[in-house]
Amino acid sequence: MTQLYHFHGGVHPPTHKNQSTRSPIATPPLPSKLVIPFHQHVGSMAKPLVQAGDYVFKGQLIGMPEDGLSSAIHASTSGTITEIGMQVVAHASGLPDLCATLIPDGNEAWIERERHNPITLPIDEIRHILRLAGIVGLGGAVFPSDAKLRGGKHHVRTIVLNGAECEPYITCDDMLMRQRARDIVRGGDIIRRVLGADEVLIGIEDNKPQAIAMMQEACVDRSSMRVIAVPTLYPGGGAKQLIRVLTGIEVAAGVRSTDKGVQCFNVATAYSIYRAVAFSEPLLSRIVTVTGNVQKPQNFEVLIGTPVDELVAWAGGKPDTTHHIMGGPMMGVALPNDQVSVVKACNCIIAASDALFPPAPPAMPCIRCTRCAEVCPQELQPQDLYWFAKSKNFGKAQEFHLFDCIECGACSYVCPSHIPLVQYYRFAKSEIWARDNDKKAADQARERHEFREYRIEREKQEKADKLAAKEKAALAAKQAAPVSDDAQQKIQAAMALAKQQAITPKNVSDLTPQQQAEIADIEARRANSQARAQSDAGT
Amino acid sequence: MISALLVMAGIAIVLGAVLGYAAIKFRVEGNPLVDKIDAVLPQTQCGQCGFPGCKPYATAIAAEEADINCCPPGGEEGIRKLAELLNKEFKPFGDNAKPKPKSVAYIDENTCIGCTLCIQACPVDAIVGAAKQMHTIIAADCTGCELCLAPCPVDCIAMNPIEETLSVWKWKYPVYALSPTP
Repeated sequence: MTQLYHFHGGVHPPTHKNQSTRSPIATPPLPSKLVIPFHQHVGSMAKPLVQAGDYVFKGQLIGMPEDGLSSAIHASTSGTITEIGMQVVAHASGLPDLCATLIPDGNEAWIERERHNPITLPIDEIRHILRLAGIVGLGGAVFPSDAKLRGGKHHVRTIVLNGAECEPYITCDDMLMRQRARDIVRGGDIIRRVLGADEVLIGIEDNKPQAIAMMQEACVDRSSMRVIAVPTLYPGGGAKQLIRVLTGIEVAAGVRSTDKGVQCFNVATAYSIYRAVAFSEPLLSRIVTVTGNVQKPQNFEVLIGTPVDELVAWAGGKPDTTHHIMGGPMMGVALPNDQVSVVKACNCIIAASDALFPPAPPAMPCIRCTRCAEVCPQELQPQDLYWFAKSKNFGKAQEFHLFDCIECGACSYVCPSHIPLVQYYRFAKSEIWARDNDKKAADQARERHEFREYRIEREKQEKADKLAAKEKAALAAKQAAPVSDDAQQKIQAAMALAKQQAITPKNVSDLTPQQQAEIADIEARRANSQARAQSDAGT
Repeated sequence: MISALLVMAGIAIVLGAVLGYAAIKFRVEGNPLVDKIDAVLPQTQCGQCGFPGCKPYATAIAAEEADINCCPPGGEEGIRKLAELLNKEFKPFGDNAKPKPKSVAYIDENTCIGCTLCIQACPVDAIVGAAKQMHTIIAADCTGCELCLAPCPVDCIAMNPIEETLSVWKWKYPVYALSPTP
């Protein structure tokens, strides 16, 4: 029996998981269109490779990962790209992002694929395949898997496969483990091989006995792999919490779990890694739980880019649905509208109605009961963080480890005053990030301004130096080579000639006495008026 | 009595020498307060405060020659920070200094005649171009100071407010409706 550890706090919200596990994973028909965003992962946006009007095959690369941290985007089915443009995406902001619109032709014509043996394939090649297959963490963080498999300075001893799925309503990992346990385990083999780890621990909450049984059966012949049932306690599926429960290791904010010798992957990611490496199948679809206010809550294998309204219609959406939630009720975000498309991060769509999710009662003042501190899995003081975030005292919030908060929502869940605590933490976090960016920009501007002033000063100095040097050179030249006698004589001669040849203009050469008198008269008048003007000016 | 006086005098001389030495050895170059104030200012170098740049304004504040509410790009947040730093009362903006949304200059390439006047005006060298060649703004380095607008003889520079995109989107301060009292 493995020794398990505890994490602090935790809550027991009603799970609502049974509704969507009654029938196996279904494959819905092709949607009328697919809207595939180019930025579905952590890191930089993939660069579009296709244009409107292009025909694409299923699995064709349409978004190339840009340098550094990024991931690829593929056509989820064969068809024609009709538009590359900004469309509203599944994000809390409701802002548009660059998307490709794909109209399926119904043929599901695959691009050429090769089969690989994951046991003999070079490790570098595996990472390259995963990057170009667009494999990202499917537990919700959508961090590119190839980057996680790069390892670090520290040797990773333990791989944690996360099948805990602690959040209410969501059952996509549960159904995947029940139906495709073997491929998940093979994905675990690949991860273990790439990172050179000693053991793989598969953590599954004990409210999924069927999944535990299937996974145990799948890895029965592997000595390095163990399935461990962990107690059902929200948020036991958080990476930090699961690592704590299985290994007793605490991972602080700003520290990578690899530094402690542990790396955590979601079971669905392990499955996709196996499909990508062994069959060259990029991440084109994922299992999505459609539940809540629908007639037949169920899991679907959904093509990335499927519009949410079509997906919900297959599960029988009810008319009194007010909005849709992507993710679970604790951490999920309300979708801006139901035309947005399913992305890689989307594990669950909950159709919300007033009956299922009654509007929150108005928030009351904090009474400092500290029930939030009792349930906080990160051992924070949520009541203090709330106070600092509310008063925009961000420095103090950071001092109280705001960035250790995993936004699990346990504090909001138990708050007797119904304060939307997590909203305050999210606000404070994004405000701090924005300020850090502003600060960086200001520092850069200061540096550029100071350099400009230095440059102007330098140019002025250079100009002055140049001028001084020129004058000096001219003076030196004059002193060094005085004008020769020969040249001096020539100048003198020329001046004398000019004097000699000075002639009076022709129109005043021969004048009659009368004309001379007139000229004298005019001159006298001119002198007179000039004298008057001068005396006027004087007075 | 005399020995006590001598001892006290001796101590005074030694301590005085130590202090005098420390004053020379650990002399602080420049005014540290100016740098602290400068670090709070937004570095737009726009001159809206009436000083030719952020550093001169910081120097003026440190010398108590300028008020702390003259920097519109810093916003009220900036005034608050300055007030905290200098232990002063918060002071709202006057009527003529109102913060504007952050923006970036944009040169209409069809109208630009390549006169280089804006390049000479830009305090952070964020405009590239040469005489009789089209100019353009390096948007990432533009502080939105608007100093390039006035010298442009053909008015081809516009200030575009920075639009909210997914990469700069922020979670909003939680606002919720109060329930009406019956």
